[in-house]
Order: sequence, then structure tokens, then C-alpha cells
Amino acid sequence: MSLRMARRKMVNLLMFTGTGVCAVVSVLALCFILGYLLWNGGHYLSWSFLTKLPTPVGQPGGGMANAIVGSGKILLIAAVTGIPVGLLAGVYLAEFGGNTMTFMVRYAADLLNGVPSIVTGIFAYTLVVVPFHEFSAVAGGLALGIMMIPIVMRSTEDFLRAVPGTLLEGALAIGASRWRGIATVVVPAAFRGIATGILLSMARVAGETAPLLFTSFNNRYWATGWMQPTASLPVMIFTYAISPYDDWQRQAWAAGFVLLMLVLLINICARALLLRGHPTGR
Amino acid sequence: MAAGSRGPEAAADARSFAARLRNGDEIVHLITLVFAAGVCLIVCLLVFELYRNSSVPRHQFGWDFFVSRTWDPVFDNFGALPFIYGTVVTSALSLLLAIPLGVGGAIFLAEFAQPRLSDLLTFIVELLAAVPSVIFGLLGIFVVVPIMRTTVDPILQKFFGYLPLFSGPIYGVGFLTAGVVLAIMIVPYILSVSREVLLAVPPDQREAALSLGATRWESTWQVVVPYAKTGILGSIFLALARALGETMAVTMVIGNDPKISSSLLAPGYTIAAVIANEFTEATGKLYLQSLIELGLVLFIITVILNGLARLLILATTQRGSIRS
Repeated sequence: MSLRMARRKMVNLLMFTGTGVCAVVSVLALCFILGYLLWNGGHYLSWSFLTKLPTPVGQPGGGMANAIVGSGKILLIAAVTGIPVGLLAGVYLAEFGGNTMTFMVRYAADLLNGVPSIVTGIFAYTLVVVPFHEFSAVAGGLALGIMMIPIVMRSTEDFLRAVPGTLLEGALAIGASRWRGIATVVVPAAFRGIATGILLSMARVAGETAPLLFTSFNNRYWATGWMQPTASLPVMIFTYAISPYDDWQRQAWAAGFVLLMLVLLINICARALLLRGHPTGR
Repeated sequence: MAAGSRGPEAAADARSFAARLRNGDEIVHLITLVFAAGVCLIVCLLVFELYRNSSVPRHQFGWDFFVSRTWDPVFDNFGALPFIYGTVVTSALSLLLAIPLGVGGAIFLAEFAQPRLSDLLTFIVELLAAVPSVIFGLLGIFVVVPIMRTTVDPILQKFFGYLPLFSGPIYGVGFLTAGVVLAIMIVPYILSVSREVLLAVPPDQREAALSLGATRWESTWQVVVPYAKTGILGSIFLALARALGETMAVTMVIGNDPKISSSLLAPGYTIAAVIANEFTEATGKLYLQSLIELGLVLFIITVILNGLARLLILATTQRGSIRS
């Protein structure tokens, strides 16, 4: 009897350790990635990397200033196209939607969320690149904007629903119309949550490479307008990493470091923003 | 007071459409409705564009597109089988590696770990999910590929070389390497969703098992996990859908060779990778549209998987929704 008990306790301990190891390995993976990039990328990061244009092949030095600005431009377009649609659709779902329409919109957003990013790239290609006969920042931004919509929409809806109904009723009771109540009371009450959702969606698309390959393409010089091929950090990392030149590979590390820091920073800020509203956490 | 005397009148007003229109309610309703409908419209447009722009290969090759092994841009002959094979093999490999790690980790975080530690580790794992795929590709090229070439592949070949799975020359890049990199990428999805599902199991289930004298592990394995198994399966489907559509990391480590080989150490190709590599170079309508048809195939597969995953997760979390 006690032997059996001992065996059961052994199994318990064994599984405790086994599953613990699984969890620790998953966590260590991130630490390794961070550490390796920090070591390698931080090494090659320099002032000229952030401020200079790429140099011709074989000539060392140069930087990725155009890709950093390009990424910013593409993200700006993504934000301008993605946030309003996601936000207003989220407001509709939380405050106005009927049953059928709500189901359809949610279903569509789930579909959109599951679409592989490269397929979104093809979509933006057929919508913008083909009619205008030019790779452009607009096409890339549109692809990323479409990817942002479902994320922004779902988080907006969730956080609006979490606002107590009494708040809106209070606004209605003092004579506000429904939309003023929503715009001036409900949405501000859920503001932190909505902002978190928007930031997380930005972080998610900031690192996307696949949809940019054939929408914004790449450019070794400054793109002067919005309808020109535009360099971006993720695409630069990809191009430089698979190139045979040592110098380019080093720059890919530096760019990877910058991109990862950017993405993780936005992520942590977004979560911190949410936590500050509720000191107890979730 | 004035407000009091206007009360019933205002209530009557609120019910009439014209009054709500005057207040702006109907206008705002309409505006948000338009944007919400826009989301549906985008999806319809996406499907339509993919379908319309793949008409040439659909007419020329028909169903042969999916069984032909040739991918020959020079003679305009296109078949998708090598890419479908590569996609299936790499995804299956990644699941094989990621499921034990992810589900095991989730069990630890949901059942064994202190809540504070669990929350902290989950936060870190969720950050791992935020790392862009091109970064995984970068590390794949410069860290995983050399390790596979010099250490893992030779060891596998030494012990299992008699199996066709591990025969042939070693390149470092290939199905196995892609599977390993993909596994690291999808573990966070399996882990964090499975943990949520496990936490959604009502506490009385655990308490009942423990009060009958079960050890922590016995309550977990015989009570909690069976209760949550559909949800865990859902998280695996979700991860699978991600693995199938993953582009950059795979493109950088799979070797990009449209061949069907029995060896896992051989280079291959996936649907997403071929689109990424050849789309800008595709000359001629048939070539480009064949790539778009591949995109359509990928889209349909991931839509089906995602749908199934959501149903499964919903089925479990709804059943145990006391907490939420």
C-alpha cells in the first residue's frame, strides 16, 4: 500500500518536473532570442546605421535610414486605414449590432484574422499595385491595415462591453442622446483597453514581412512619395540575411535588433497601460 | 423642474425614428454599420480577387494542378504537389515537436505553478509570440541551420540512417530545420491558449478529485485534462493554421527546392515560401496566376482550420464558463 503511494508520489513529482521543464524551455527560448540579438545586433548597431543610406554592394558602412523612415510611413498608412474601420466596427458590435449582423461581422473578422499574411499581401497587390502599375508604400500600408482591423475590432468590442451599462444609462438619464453617451462616456471609460488593442495590433504588423514583399517592395534610396517602392525594416532584414555578403548580414542583425526592440517595447507599453488602470491586474 | 416635466415627452420622442435622427443617433448607427459591413466586404473582396486572378491556371490545369509534381516556369507548366507536400510535412513536424512542449508547459502553468509565477511566465511566453517571424528566420539561418548541419542531422543519420526519413546528403536546410523553427514559433500559441482553457475548468472538478485522495498530477491528468481536451485540441488547430501560413522563417531555412523527397533532411519548399520568393519575379500571366491560385489554396485550408479551432475552443470555455 505504502509502496503504491510512493509510486504515485513519484509520478506526481516526475510530472511536476517534466511539465516545469516544458514551461521553462519555452520561456528560455525568448531569453535566448533576446540575448542573442542583443549580443549580435547591439554589437553592429551604430549611429551611421540609423542615419545613412545603404551603400553599394562591396562598400562597407552605410545604414538603413530609408528603411526606418519607410517602415514608419507604411505603419502610418496602416494605422490610418486600419484603426478607424476596426474602431467603428467594434463600436457597432458593442453598442448597436443586431444578432445576425453581429454574427456576420464577427465571423468575417475571425476569417480575416486567420488569413495568412502572405495572402493579404496578394490581396493588396491586386487592389493597389496592379491598377497603379507601381509598388508603393500605400499598397504595403493597406495590407498591414487590413491585418490590423480584426485585432482592433475585437479588443474595442470586448472593452466596450466591459463598461458597466449603468454609465450609459446615467448619461441617457441626464438627457444625452445615445450617441453622445457612447462618445463621451462609454468610449472614454474603455479608452485604456482600446488603446492597448490598437498598440498591440501595431506591434503585430510592424514586424510583418511577407505582405510587404510585393506591395511596398524595397528601395535602396529615399522614396520621395507615397506611390513609390519603399524600403522597410523587415524586408531589409530578409534581403540582407539571405545575401552572401558579411557586411549585409551584420546589418541584418542590427536591423533585427532595432525591430525586435521596437516590437517588444510597444507590447510592454501596451500591457503596462492596461495594468495601470487596474492595479490588481486582471 | 423643467427636466421633470419634459421627462415623459422626451421618452416618447426617443422612440420615434425622426427624433433619433435629429439627435444624431441614427446617423452614428449608420456610420458604424457601414464600417462593420466594410469588414464583411473586405473578406468577400479578398476571396473574389483571389478567385478572379487565378482563372487562367484553373482553366488550363483544372484539378491536375494539385497532383502534378512539375513546377517549371520556363515551359509554363505548373503543379502544386511539391509545395503542398512541403507545407504538410513541415507543419506536421512542427506540431510533433510543439505539442508536448506547449501542452506540458500549459499544464505546469495552470495546475502546478503559483498564480504569480504563472502570470509572469505566461507574459514572457506571450512576448515570444510577438517576435516577428523574420527574426526567427534570421536566427534560423545563422543559429539553427549550422547546428542542424554540424550536430543534429549527423547524429540522426548515424543512429537512424537506415530509415529513408533520415537518409541522403546533409545540407542543414530542409524539412526538419523548418519544422524545428516553426515549432519554436507556434509553442506560445499552444501554451497560452491551452493554459486559458485549463484555467477555465471549474475548480470543483479539481477539488472533487483531490478530496478523493488523488495526487495533483492524477487530478490533472484524469480529470482536468479530459475536461479541457476539446479546447486543447482547438489550440493545436490554431497553431497548425499559423504554421501552414507562416512564410518568412520557413522561406529562410527550408532550402527552396520544389522536390518531393522522403528524407526529412532534404531541402523542400512550401506554398507560402514559393509565393514569397517568386511573386515579384513571375513573368507571364500563367506563372503569376498559378502563384495566386496557391494563395487561394492556402487561404481555404487556413479558413477551415481556424473555423474548427474556434468551435473547439468555444465548446470548452463555454462549458466551464463559471469563472468568466
